Amino acid sequence: MTIDDWLESACADADRRGLADLKPLLVTLAGATRALREAGWDAVTRQQAQASEPEPRSPGPPPGDGAAR
Amino acid sequence: MTAPLHFHTITELAPLITGGHVSSEALTSACLEEIAAHDGALRAFITVLGASAIAQARALDAEIAAGGCRGPLHGIPISLKDLIDQQGVPTTAASRVREGHVAACDARVTARLRAAGAVLIGKTNLHEFAFGTTSDDTAFGAVRNPHDPSRSPGGSSGGSAVGIITGMSVASIGTDTGGSIRIPAAACGTVGLKPTWGEVPCEGVVPLSRSLDHVGPLARSVADAWLIYLVLRGDSTAARWPLPAPRPVKGLRLGVPRHYFHDVLDDEVRARFAACLAWLRHEGAETVDVVIPHAPGIAPVYLHASLPEAAACHAGSLESVPERYTRNVRLRLEMGRYVLAEDYVTAQAARAVLRSEVDAALAGCDALVMPTLPIPAPPIGASTVDVAGTPQAVRSMMLRLTQLFNLTGHPAVSMPMGETAAGLPCGLQLAGRLNDTEGLLATAAACEPIVNP
Repeated sequence: MTIDDWLESACADADRRGLADLKPLLVTLAGATRALREAGWDAVTRQQAQASEPEPRSPGPPPGDGAAR
Repeated sequence: MTAPLHFHTITELAPLITGGHVSSEALTSACLEEIAAHDGALRAFITVLGASAIAQARALDAEIAAGGCRGPLHGIPISLKDLIDQQGVPTTAASRVREGHVAACDARVTARLRAAGAVLIGKTNLHEFAFGTTSDDTAFGAVRNPHDPSRSPGGSSGGSAVGIITGMSVASIGTDTGGSIRIPAAACGTVGLKPTWGEVPCEGVVPLSRSLDHVGPLARSVADAWLIYLVLRGDSTAARWPLPAPRPVKGLRLGVPRHYFHDVLDDEVRARFAACLAWLRHEGAETVDVVIPHAPGIAPVYLHASLPEAAACHAGSLESVPERYTRNVRLRLEMGRYVLAEDYVTAQAARAVLRSEVDAALAGCDALVMPTLPIPAPPIGASTVDVAGTPQAVRSMMLRLTQLFNLTGHPAVSMPMGETAAGLPCGLQLAGRLNDTEGLLATAAACEPIVNP
């Protein structure tokens, strides 16, 4: 859901519930959500996970190799 | 000792009580007299347990007379933030939502304090449900800062800090979800410790955001906070008393995160902090600049992590008794109901990133140091404050330097670092390694006499 779509539906819901005072806070929250998404946290997490993965080990003998000897 | 006894530290009082030179009853009575004299104006307490506190003190004095001593907290009057259950006493959370509540049993931390011999003197005022940083949205009247009653004491554990510096209690137990122990400690000029997340049990404490909530002490010295922390954690303090002498400052290595942490600072707070670093270096500490690369993203992460958890805790009463909340707290709780699940999950991923960045900044350092609050205590009711010529939102200023360590779980302590020209306290925050709260306290104890001589 885009932030604009979310904000529109959230403000409409606040009106429906008689909470018009909530709308300025929802606008503030929308700004924070935009900042959260634009920071790219998921990409940073993936990069950190890749950086901490161990070096791939050299391949072992093919299956069965040696077992038949 | 020149100040009245009830203004002294636990470290000073414990040998007097356990040696039979001072009675717990006299000490408790003195605190109750301060409450009677000054709390009408300051509103630090919601419930004062005068009769039961005196009865408890007499029983503890009798134990001393019979040769029994439970440890350094024996006979010490300690208050509880009114978010923490004490059997037979209301836990109001400073809210009309909790009208009629009486705790069926002690919170685990309350039981541990009781077993350690603390005198439970009363329940302190707070920002309603701990969901705020100024202690003015409360069903029991705004808490006032004794240094300037037109100003906030910080929050949410505002009453706890006010009670300590006015002699109404020797120490207090608070909670900290974004800075609620450290913020009032800084605004009022006392010590406040947020331990590592999960070390101190939260059972019997009204939750706010479960993955961010911490319980910890406010006290008059780092050593006092350390002793109470040991009790809250479940350790026997009798075996650890007295604490070892503070380690020397010479050789300490302190990390100073500047990017973000120094971007918005009141001029006087900035000057106090610079002076503290200079004094510490003069005494032989080494200070090194460190970077927490994603620090500018802290506030949105905190918002998306904390709001949905708070809304979840309050979903039932938001439906059944919404009119009983103060307006601001109700609206902020309602805001949490609109955070999307995908953004909450992103915030959790961000917390892991920030945790690893704080760990990296701490590598090779004994602690990170920074101001606790970027501003002195704000006027009660203010929504913005002027910081170096620019208006800033009070709430974001109050949380700016503390909320990171709730997101990451690292232990952090605030201690006084002098005052502004107007006499408003400033706080120095130290953060330490995960699961090494005692290491942090040892570092803080070393710095304490230098930054607050």
